[in-house]
Amino acid sequence: MPRHLLDIRDLSVEEIDALLDRAEDIMDHPQKYAECMHGKKLATLFFEPSTRTRLSFEAAMMELGGNVLGFSSANSSSAAKGESVADTVRTVACYADIIAMRHPREGAPTAAAQVCPVPIINAGDGGHNHPTQTLTDLLTIRREKKRLSQLVIGFCGDLKFGRTVHSLIHAMMRYKSIRFVFISPRELRVPDYVLETLQKHGIGYVEVEKLEDIIGTLDVLYMTRVQRERFFNEEEYLRLKDSYVLDVDKMKLARRDLAVLHPLPRVNEISVKVDEDPRACYFRQVLYGKYVREALLMKLLEVEA
Amino acid sequence: MNIDSIQNGYVIDHIRAGHAMEIYKYLGLDDLDCSVAIIRNAKSQKNGKKDIIKIDQEMNLDLDLLAYIDPGVTVNVIRDGRLVEKRKPEMPKRIVNVMKCKNPRCITQVEQELDQIFVLTDREQQVYRCYYCEAQSR
Repeated sequence: MPRHLLDIRDLSVEEIDALLDRAEDIMDHPQKYAECMHGKKLATLFFEPSTRTRLSFEAAMMELGGNVLGFSSANSSSAAKGESVADTVRTVACYADIIAMRHPREGAPTAAAQVCPVPIINAGDGGHNHPTQTLTDLLTIRREKKRLSQLVIGFCGDLKFGRTVHSLIHAMMRYKSIRFVFISPRELRVPDYVLETLQKHGIGYVEVEKLEDIIGTLDVLYMTRVQRERFFNEEEYLRLKDSYVLDVDKMKLARRDLAVLHPLPRVNEISVKVDEDPRACYFRQVLYGKYVREALLMKLLEVEA
Repeated sequence: MNIDSIQNGYVIDHIRAGHAMEIYKYLGLDDLDCSVAIIRNAKSQKNGKKDIIKIDQEMNLDLDLLAYIDPGVTVNVIRDGRLVEKRKPEMPKRIVNVMKCKNPRCITQVEQELDQIFVLTDREQQVYRCYYCEAQSR
């Protein structure tokens, strides 16, 4: 059975740490890894649009000397004719050594993995999971803060539907002395089952509605987009939306060593003026994502430099 | 109320009051030819009220399914009119093709002949989640 990555919890803390170490080594010594995937092919099966994740996977495979094939929308594949996910991956596995799949249906990569003879990487399944974004987030936090323990991490915005938020909470709660601050409107709070998990493991968290009240206590701020369509009440949206826009004034209240992350795309939840602030890490985060995907491809294909 | 005692079969006891019909349906008891008695709101020392089902025929009882629907039940096995065994079903770790995932965004809604699998994620709270999308079943 091939090793897949469907959920960040499929990896132990030791495996994650080893992946981050490998990613950093690739950053420092790219030449050492430049040909290690020679003759290997990655298929990127993207049943819904993506800019960063697909290009990041493709760039990662190319930088390791491998090749890439695939499609970038369901309409340009046989899914448009009604082909099942299972049949699609069985077919693609005849052409490629590893598959990165994004699908709008939650659990699609898990269904695919049941029949697929080559490793599958979940590159995002609906509002469910996005484990390579979580690896990216972890590498960013480790690079920027020099540790993954003893941190106060704030999550701001849509904490209900944000798949990257849930995955990162699950990943970070396994490290020592982590405390969470959840900043969101009542309508977009972290789901109960995530909070129950934190309570069960005795991990401290607080829920607040205003970013400026709490930003000064944070080591890491993970921003997400508040989506108008999630609100039942337009007035409520208008009342709350600006509380969740990170601007220069709010950054003045933050610590000098705060790290601001965002999974992107950004719409208006971070003012572009904040981009110049050295504490804004989200574009470095994109770069780290490529290296951690390189490390992951090597791990799942059992390739060494 | 008189209900004949059974010769060979089962008495499913300690069903949560009001849930007998659910068990009747899930176990497919309406397909049986034998006598099946449903007693609702019987007196219970433990819970005040309970339901009981009596089945006067030996059959393949799906204990996993029973434990999923109502983890508190006891199954009394009757042979030649005597109680020969008491079984306490345990909640199964995995349930296949019993219920459907209700998450409209789940892959199970569209993928052809995909098994509907639920896994037990919290025994204490009796929580089952879809194997694919993790939506809670109840």
